[in-house]
Amino acid sequence: MKRTVPLVITFLTGFFLIVAFFIPHEPFGELEQRLLVWFAIVSGFTMLLGVDNLIRSHAKRIARTDTGWGHSIALLVGLVVTVVVGAIGFARFGSPFHMQSPFMFVYTYVIVPLQGTMFALLAFFIASASYRAFRARNTIATLLLVSAIIVMLGRVPIGAAISDFFPAAQEWIMDVPQLAAKRGIQIGAALGAVSMSLRIILGIERSYLS
Amino acid sequence: MGSMGTIIGTWLAGFLTLAILSFLYKDNPFYKLAEHLYVGVSAGYWLIYVVFFDVKPMLIDTFMNETGFEKWIILIPGALGLIMLSRWFPKIAWLSRWPIAFTVGIGAGLGITANLQGYVLPQVTATLLPVTGFTVTDLSNIVLVIGVVTTLMYFYFSKPHKGVLGAGARIGIVFIMISFGASFGYTLMARISLLIGRLHFLFHDLLHILD
Repeated sequence: MKRTVPLVITFLTGFFLIVAFFIPHEPFGELEQRLLVWFAIVSGFTMLLGVDNLIRSHAKRIARTDTGWGHSIALLVGLVVTVVVGAIGFARFGSPFHMQSPFMFVYTYVIVPLQGTMFALLAFFIASASYRAFRARNTIATLLLVSAIIVMLGRVPIGAAISDFFPAAQEWIMDVPQLAAKRGIQIGAALGAVSMSLRIILGIERSYLS
Repeated sequence: MGSMGTIIGTWLAGFLTLAILSFLYKDNPFYKLAEHLYVGVSAGYWLIYVVFFDVKPMLIDTFMNETGFEKWIILIPGALGLIMLSRWFPKIAWLSRWPIAFTVGIGAGLGITANLQGYVLPQVTATLLPVTGFTVTDLSNIVLVIGVVTTLMYFYFSKPHKGVLGAGARIGIVFIMISFGASFGYTLMARISLLIGRLHFLFHDLLHILD
């Protein structure tokens, strides 16, 4: 019951999706769409588990007055306020995503600047990490360094001002060698995912049950 | 939101932007505050997003508006979703394996069909390029095909990299390093573009120094 039923469920859902792919007619084609909707619904409930986990761990931190417990209060206040303004937006405007909704105020003036600045901050860390890591120690490392410099210069006006070579070379690198390696990696990763999926459907891979 | 809302929002956004950027000096309470706020607000945002775009239209609205078979069949994923919450109760937590198994099964099914249809076949098709002469395009096509094949050879670990496989793998690593370098440059420029956006916000929207 505890292990067999989940294995059967996994096998049947995976199997039906594969059958629906090869037989996109009634009833299988319709079944695929239905299963995908069900998947979205069930996944939606997992969000509750995640949020609950976040609340519990930070509530514990506050209760024990661990280091940084004040920041946990900020986290919980942010979470609660966002959910409440979302509910208010839904009640007043029919959608939290209505432009007049207070939820969109939180999105525009809190989430967007925080997210944008957090990612912008990474520019400094990537640059400083690369300064330490990018050494032209051998031919291969030099290739990495040179292609990075050409792409960076080729994508900004100063590159074109120095020479027309940089924008053209940047475009060629992105369209040919970069694409080739990326394509090779993607094909390999996709084939790996296919074999892993097959192992899961056949019940060989069961780590998700632990 | 009125103009007062815009002013308050702009100052709030300015404070949060500076709080995050303050990490460049060193880790400090303002950064920690903004970081935690980001996690909390993001969690709340995604919770509302999932409820409003997934659970409400697909489950609640369907149940309320549909009739007959469609009305009742939608209770199955609803029940699976509720069973997922059994993790809150240790005695029946094992029941949550059922909806997990369902999502894993869907993921595995899609892992086969979507990967084959969406990645492998289109990528292989796009790699089968014509060579009709000695133009730059033809040369690029040859380089592209060699790059894809040798990259795959590099990642083939079932045999030792000797002989033809070894030679191919050595060419493959050249393509991989060029690709990593290019991806790095591309990512860095995207991040710098975001930084310029934030600085523009600070100097234009908040401080009105820039036009």
